[in-house]
Amino acid sequence: MSRVVVIGGGPAGLAAATALRRSNAGDVVVLEREAAAGGVPRHCHHTGFGLRDLGRVLGGPAYAARHAMLATRAGVDIRTEASVTGWTSPTSVAVTSPRGVETIAADAVLLATGCRERPRSARLVAGTRPAGVLTTGALQQLVHLRRVRVGRRAVVVGAEHVSFSAVLTLREGGCETVAMVTGHPSHQTYAPLAWLAAGRLGVPIFGTTRVVEIRGRDRVEGVVLDDGRTLACDTVVFTGDWIPDHELARRAGLAMDDGTRGPLVDQLGRTSARGVFAAGNLVHAAETADTAALGARAAARAIADFVRGGVWPAEPVAITCAAPLVWAWPQALAPEAPPRAIILRTAEVVPAARLVVEQGGRALWRGRRRLVPNRSIRIPGRWATSVDPRGGPVRVRLG
Amino acid sequence: MRRGHALLLEHGPRLGIPIERTGAVLVAWTAEQAAALPAIAARAAENGYGATRPVSLDELGHLEPHLGPGATGALAIPDEHIICPFTTPLAFATEAVANGVALRLQTRVGGVAPIDGGHRLGTTAGPIDARWVVNAAGLHSDTIDRLFGHERFTVTPRRGELIVFDKLARPLIGRTILPVPTATTKGVLVAPTTFGNVILGPTADDVPDRGATGTTAAGLAALLSTGARILPALVREEVTATYVGLRAATEHSDYRLFVDPDRRYVCAGGIRSTGLTASMAIAEHVGESLRDAGLPLVRRPVFHHIRMPPIGEADCRPHADAARVAADPEYGRIVCHCERVTRGEIRDALRTAIPPRSLDALRRRTRAGLGRCQGFYCLAEVVGLLAAGSGRSIEALLGSEP
Repeated sequence: MSRVVVIGGGPAGLAAATALRRSNAGDVVVLEREAAAGGVPRHCHHTGFGLRDLGRVLGGPAYAARHAMLATRAGVDIRTEASVTGWTSPTSVAVTSPRGVETIAADAVLLATGCRERPRSARLVAGTRPAGVLTTGALQQLVHLRRVRVGRRAVVVGAEHVSFSAVLTLREGGCETVAMVTGHPSHQTYAPLAWLAAGRLGVPIFGTTRVVEIRGRDRVEGVVLDDGRTLACDTVVFTGDWIPDHELARRAGLAMDDGTRGPLVDQLGRTSARGVFAAGNLVHAAETADTAALGARAAARAIADFVRGGVWPAEPVAITCAAPLVWAWPQALAPEAPPRAIILRTAEVVPAARLVVEQGGRALWRGRRRLVPNRSIRIPGRWATSVDPRGGPVRVRLG
Repeated sequence: MRRGHALLLEHGPRLGIPIERTGAVLVAWTAEQAAALPAIAARAAENGYGATRPVSLDELGHLEPHLGPGATGALAIPDEHIICPFTTPLAFATEAVANGVALRLQTRVGGVAPIDGGHRLGTTAGPIDARWVVNAAGLHSDTIDRLFGHERFTVTPRRGELIVFDKLARPLIGRTILPVPTATTKGVLVAPTTFGNVILGPTADDVPDRGATGTTAAGLAALLSTGARILPALVREEVTATYVGLRAATEHSDYRLFVDPDRRYVCAGGIRSTGLTASMAIAEHVGESLRDAGLPLVRRPVFHHIRMPPIGEADCRPHADAARVAADPEYGRIVCHCERVTRGEIRDALRTAIPPRSLDALRRRTRAGLGRCQGFYCLAEVVGLLAAGSGRSIEALLGSEP
């Protein structure tokens, strides 16, 4: 009996595990290091989850619970409080849990470890290190899971989707947002969400500005912006600026993509190591949960084919992208089912960008998109069927 | 320093202080620096350390393959060690408390008055009478020295900013990479840490304010620029933490060690960069000074040994210790994932002789919260455990109590 180990029990890991069991791929073990499976949606108290992957609209915790229930019902062995601490071979892992320290060997491994927000220190924001500096992840857990009052007046760094979610969470935690600060000219979310969370409450959004210093001794007293303005506050929430939780991918020696900062993958989640797959926000930080789940389900088909018949295509074609695009998912194309979509990210706003996908000077697709930083940009993937396996890398660029 | 180094190597392991013999290499980047290397080796030999060894550029390339281009020479220092700066003072304090020392925290000394047979110290926790006083007040050692009527030195804090890089950067260096010291500064180094990170720094500039523990944009930028020269791949890795240390520098280059036998007062002030290495030797010296000044020192019949819990990367951490986890499943529940810290270790920290009363204190005792995510995953749970175990509320621990 073959075994697949899934590392990470969030939407992607659970969706892939469920799909693997339904396709009779053998034993499926999900290793989830938190005490409950479900991933980040467990503490996202807003609705809108599940539309594309579960056919219903749910709040975060209900969505997480549903994925866990479906996986359990399909016979997935979900092990919580199980932390993968390292690799003992290309497809076996060292695991620590209350049940003991063990090695778990598998025929295939799926990395679905998600992503996190870059903290203040990684963003090199100077100043003192007082209490009151958080990321949205920590904020959500404090407010939603622990019902803690985190502060009274907050500055939110960032103005992407999650930043507005942070403003709402702060409000629920009894904390007023005095300003949102973004390095881009304006916010990067949907107009209704921006109005709901900030506009109607009079929360100003300062664009083309950065927080360059935090002040305060034991507790935050204020922040300094790059134009010299100071904002008095007792809480600073650093939002967005996602980075994949890629330690295990790096330690496995997988080829990494400088753009996504996750392991380099093809459209079905194959990494540079035979038998190791990667899906979810580990490879496209940070898409919505349903995108993560759908991509992971597609990977499940490839994982099943691999454990059953050793299917592992050689020499995929690389996909690269040119500035201002910062990354593309996937970064490789295997000669089989084309991806439903290519996901892109941009560093700059380009209101009416003419995008072209080309290989060896031959255009495979052209289209127009509005490019906004921190917003998912999708282009169709059907053109992948006309990619020449020997034609060199595919380039996505403005043209 | 030599004596302190030897004492730390002798006692560190039994105290559980993480210490690793990584070795170091002094790298010259100009012809002038390369020319200074033989004199440095000679001075080390004069000071009793003869094991330095010139290293050819070829060998340097093998020792440190990720070093940036442009090195002009190098000197190997095989016996350089790295040590945990958090565990060391905690170990000293824990051993002291285990052997009868009363540790009074949050007790600021504001005045000294002579009384019959000694001193009355005015503190924020009420008066404390003492027959003998040792001033080890660091950044405020000059203030305390003045309370005893002296005007011998002034502390001007010398700020050092440091950048701690992600553990994933660890494979980029094999040993500490030192700069050739100049007349003004010891220079910026790149070193592994006992937690498995890579540290870059420190800067060195005088600041007037003894509370100026903030990093600066200019300081961080200067470090990154230097780091990019020494180890280009390093600055492409994520930064885990940045911080500042203030050295208790004075107008003198030596420590301010004074003995006042008549007044039964010893000053051990102005201890700067080399202080940790020298700490046990300074203590030994102070002990001898006190004895020579008339303090009767009687060896205790029973000495209680302590051992700090293993938090160094070279130690066998509880999460990886199958026998420990089997005996107590709380060592199998990892709470801080980035640093692999278990519930059992946090529980143990709360039960020590000097329990943590703040998040920072818990961080330094266990590593919880010091990792790359800086609390994104674990802050809520860690502060919850600390609240439950310390009797303080989560809001108080987060500093959000009004």
